[in-house]
This record gives sequence, C-alpha cells and structure tokens, in this order.
Amino acid sequence: MTGGSTRKLVVRIVVLALVATLLEIVAVSQVSLFGVSADLTPLVVMSIGLLSGSISGALVGFGIGLFLDLALVQTLGLNSLIYTMVGYGAGRLRELRDPQGAVVPIAAGAAATAIATIGYSIAQFLLGVDAPVSFLLVRDIFTTIVLNTILAAPVFALIRRWLLPALPDDPQRRRRRAYTTGGLSPLSRA
Amino acid sequence: MRRRRLVLGLLVVCSLILLTAYFGEGAGSPLHSVQRGFLQVVSPIQDGASRALKPVRDLFGWFGDTLDAKGERDKLRQELEQTRREAIANAAAAREVEQLRKLVGLDRELGVDQMDPVSARVITRSPTLWYSTVSINKGTSDGIRVDQPVINGDGLVGTVTSATGNAAIVTLITDHTSGVSAVINESGVAGVVQPAVGNPNDLLLEFIRHGDRIETGQTVVTAGSRSQRYESLFPPGLPVGRVSKVDDTELDVYQRVHVKPFAQLRRLDVVQVLTNPLGTRG
Repeated sequence: MTGGSTRKLVVRIVVLALVATLLEIVAVSQVSLFGVSADLTPLVVMSIGLLSGSISGALVGFGIGLFLDLALVQTLGLNSLIYTMVGYGAGRLRELRDPQGAVVPIAAGAAATAIATIGYSIAQFLLGVDAPVSFLLVRDIFTTIVLNTILAAPVFALIRRWLLPALPDDPQRRRRRAYTTGGLSPLSRA
Repeated sequence: MRRRRLVLGLLVVCSLILLTAYFGEGAGSPLHSVQRGFLQVVSPIQDGASRALKPVRDLFGWFGDTLDAKGERDKLRQELEQTRREAIANAAAAREVEQLRKLVGLDRELGVDQMDPVSARVITRSPTLWYSTVSINKGTSDGIRVDQPVINGDGLVGTVTSATGNAAIVTLITDHTSGVSAVINESGVAGVVQPAVGNPNDLLLEFIRHGDRIETGQTVVTAGSRSQRYESLFPPGLPVGRVSKVDDTELDVYQRVHVKPFAQLRRLDVVQVLTNPLGTRG
C-alpha cells in the first residue's frame, strides 16, 4: 500500500466517522421506532473494521467513542473502550476468516450492537447505579439490536461504496480476481 | 502482529486511564473542562447540522409516529374523558382555592414568566440507553447555569448539568442520576421521583409509606424548597407526571408508585430553562 493511497483511505475514514457520528447524535438518535432509536455508531465501526482491518477498526472505534463521550459530556473513556473492542473484533474477523457471504455484515452488525449496548450496560453496573433499573432495559437492548441488524446491510454497503476507491484489497474484489486469473481457480487445475 | 497488539493495548490503556481519571474527578477538573471546551467548539456545528437535518428527522419521525398512532389515539381518548371530568371538578375547586388564597394572603402563584425562562432548541440526544441527556443551543451567554430546571409545555424535563458559552447539556428526569423531590398534588404526600432506567415512560415516586393513600390518576408536582439548608433545585408546583400504578406489597418498607411523565421525553424539540427558578428579581 503506497503512502498516497494510505492518506486517501485515512481521509475517507475520518470524514466518514465524523459525518456518521454527527448524523447519529443530531438526527438518528432523535427518531424513535418501537420506543428506541437506531445506533449507527457500532455499525460504522464494525464496517470500517471489516473493510480495512483490525488496526484501522480499533483506531476508528477509539476515535468515535471519544468523540461521543466528549460531545455528549458522558463518562470519558467508556465508549472509546467499547468501540475499540468492536472495531478490533470486526477487523480480526476479516483478517482471520476473510468472510465473503452477504450475511456477514448483518451478523457482524448484530454482534457489534450487542457488544456495544450490553457492554455499556455492564460497565454502568460496574461503575455503580443508584437508580432502580427497569426490566424493560433488556427489551430496549434487544429492540436496538434488531433495528441495527436490519440497518447493518445497507449501512455496510454505503460505507463499502465510500471506501472502495481507497481500499487496497476489498474482500469481494479479491475473490472475483482470484477466479478470473489463471492458476488460482480450482477449475483451472482440472 | 506485534504492531497490531501494541496499538490495541495502547488504545485500551488510554481508555482505561481516561475512565479512571474522569471518574475520580470533580465537575471543575481538567477532563471535564476539556469536555466543556469540546462541546463549545462542536455545538455550532451540531446546531447547524440539527437544523439542516430537521426535515429528515421529521420524515422518519412521522413513520415511527404512525406506527404508534393507533394505540396513542385510544389512550388519548381515555385521557380526554378523564381530563373533562377533572376539569369540571377543578373549576369548582379553583374558585374555592382562590378564596382561600386571598384569605391567607397567599398570592404566590406558579408564574413561569417570573422565573426568567430562556427558550432553547434541542440539538443532540445521547444515543445510549443509559444516558438520558440532550444538548440545547443556549448556554452561559444566555444566562444558563448548571442546576437550573428545564421544562417544556407539558411539564418538568430535567436540569442543566453542564453549560458552555453557546450550548448546555440537560440531564433528563429519566437519567439514572436524576432525583426530584415531589408531592402528590391532591394529597400533599411527599417523595422523591427517580427514573426506572430503561423505561422513559415510567418514573418511580419513592419513599412513600404504606399508610399514605395514593391513587391512580393523581398528579405529581415538584415539591420545591422545603428547608433553607437543603434548597430544592426546582420551584414548587411544576407538573411532573400522573400516577399510573401503585405497587403496595407488604414486604417492602415503602410503596412503589409508578408515575408517567407528562413531558414526552423522547420527542423534545423546544424546551425552556428557568434561569431564575426561585423567581427573585434583581
């Protein structure tokens, strides 16, 4: 990967992270569906990790988490920690398994949202909660995960489209290339 | 591989350091100041983006509203009937109260306009299920300070917990850190309104003894100052919500009174900050 293409990728990721986080806090979080709002941030972090690897995923996760904690005056470091894990996990999934199926972003989106919402709740319990906690929180967490799972595929497709010109080796392009060049296809051996 | 682990380790350590330092600090500490500075810088951007995206938000909000509209309509019809009955009863009571007020020389009425209200628009909302906070487009330059109460047309919304020059953070009454001293308007029974985390339509009026008679449909309002030493943040009489259910189990020391807030806290657009909640001029 050349210095120019790296710079291009970094710029695109930073623009994407800023726009997505702003969009989440000024618009998406204020639209209520079935009593909850969709949370685009874990989907964005997961998509970037899945497309550009664990280091980028972890860095973007940390950055988005920090932005959220700063802009919303919440406990500093909590979202950074959780989103770092989400980004790193998505990146490792790509590096170790290189998943190709269309269902991968959906499953990864659900997992990322589950980690973010459940992880946040556990951290809040660990930090101490004075108020009584309603059982409906479990329902809200579940509804958020379902809502985000529905949104995961289109969000991933949009992010992939935005990052594609700067990505060194997009998984889907790589697979297509492997079967169209001689020697790599199992059919060519026959 | 080493580089990858190093980056991950560094980010995790940074997060943990921030978390530990922030948690042990007071509100005037450096990390909190950094947060306020950041809010000061990004709030104009957020405000602009919020205005630009309002049509999109309204469009998606309309879809969501349509889904809930049917149930809401039936509920509102019931409420309307109840309100009509109450209005008739209140008209008679109001006349009586007016006479009593004149008798004892009490002419202090709840006049929000005397509390120097500052109208503000909600520009962001915390996306987490835990933090019930919104940010507004007015700040210290408009007279807004920490701990000032925030209301909307329906009732109490929350308090200002952080303020910069041009923006402020409002912690809603459904936030897990919130607690409001309140009374049952009809009987004067006092308690503390706390949220049931995860359910924005349910507040709990705590510390109500078994002997106190609470009924569904009664109104909960802020208690206001009860002692000079521990002054309440809220003026008395601000509407908080209506009693929706009473759990009176013998095993608990107190009754658990469920209150449905009047303010629709998930759909806040314009709020008012009471910059002079005690109504003292000068």
